[in-house]
Amino acid sequence: MESHHKILLLDDDPDVLELYKDILAQLPSHPEVHTATTGARALALLDAEPFRLLICDLKMPRMDGLQVLSIVRRRVPEVRTVVLTGVPDEEFRSRAYALGVDLFWLKPETQQNMQMFLECLESLLGRDATAGFRGVQSKSLMDIIQMECLSQSSTVLRITRGALVGKIWMVEGELIHAETEGAVGEAAFQRILEWRSGTFENLPPEPDHERTINKPAHVLLLEMAQAMDETANPGAAGAGEELDHRKTVWKLSALTREGAEWIVSVPEKGVPEGWGTQAAEESAKWMRQAGELCKRLSERLEAGPLSHIEGCCLERRLILLPWEKKTFLLSWPPNWEAHRMVEQSKQIVASWDS
Amino acid sequence: MGFLNLFSKTGAAVQRLPSGSMTVDRDGNVVATTVSSAYPPELLHEIAVEVLRLFREARTAQIPLAEFNLHFASLRITAREMRGGAIVFLSPKTESTTSSPN
Repeated sequence: MESHHKILLLDDDPDVLELYKDILAQLPSHPEVHTATTGARALALLDAEPFRLLICDLKMPRMDGLQVLSIVRRRVPEVRTVVLTGVPDEEFRSRAYALGVDLFWLKPETQQNMQMFLECLESLLGRDATAGFRGVQSKSLMDIIQMECLSQSSTVLRITRGALVGKIWMVEGELIHAETEGAVGEAAFQRILEWRSGTFENLPPEPDHERTINKPAHVLLLEMAQAMDETANPGAAGAGEELDHRKTVWKLSALTREGAEWIVSVPEKGVPEGWGTQAAEESAKWMRQAGELCKRLSERLEAGPLSHIEGCCLERRLILLPWEKKTFLLSWPPNWEAHRMVEQSKQIVASWDS
Repeated sequence: MGFLNLFSKTGAAVQRLPSGSMTVDRDGNVVATTVSSAYPPELLHEIAVEVLRLFREARTAQIPLAEFNLHFASLRITAREMRGGAIVFLSPKTESTTSSPN
């Protein structure tokens, strides 16, 4: 038997409920539409059976829409929520979104507006409700934090999962602090990342907040990804692939963030790797030749070990940097300042394999 | 007087680092130089040959370089490719000359 999504309509006006019940029944996914005229009745229905979507009015006697939504968010965080109201008030809109509602819509007055509203509802009904964080479709919290880091955001992420609330402080893409359930710092961050679903909102940044997390964000995320993969799929092949994928994303983002164009790393023994370039093999060959050549010069001239090589041409500037048991070649834009380029190269290389 | 030779030191030769510039042709021959004449010419020639080799190998690897700096712990070698050769600057590093002039 085919199962249909269930929608719960909450409005204190029975005529409105009847009208929207008929309209919603025409949605392509043919949802099962239930109605409630009070917040208490709606909460009882939500407790009794699973609903995909709650469409809620704001102005209602006894318990208003915002109160209902805040309770729903705690008790049934997986249900999608829509505010449908006749009150064009910006404050209500922002308060509703702060509560994590998926959609705030003024009661449609035109056919076109109604059609758009129905399309939005259909889209919400179609989303996978099993996991993910509201606001970004099918993304894990780790993905959300990664996106914030990549865009070098300064924000405070407030994450809610039922009764649990966590906060993560970010300044220019760096994690500086986290708090939840009495835990702070890395421990809090790890607890929050273990939540598989919930809602999040961006609060204003607090750049002067005390710093309790000093590890780079990508290192923490990779450690967490590894731990979670191992817990969820011990020995599974996919876990390693996921981790590799995250490492690649972080490496490319590190390059982009610093302004570098590409990087090639050559181990003492083994296969060279390139990010942002297709010519890793050719570059690696030259890197090895240059390394040998410098070693000969160093011995003959007694000039000491090679620190690095800077090279330039019209198209780019290059840095060849021996680092631990690898050699790195980084390409930078031609107008990049030499001193800055060396320092930035060292920063990238220092965190490359961490 | 020969007994005085007993006290003379044969002296452990400490090789000085080259300082100055040189212009080299396509074969690595030093055409002109400001490096002290006390510095072994064969070492200057070796530097020139290695510098030209580095340019050539980079070109082969599709990384054509117009200029490079080799930063050793105590010496910086700057080389600019010129038509038919290169000009090479040799700068021993002291505490006050650790950064690149570029």
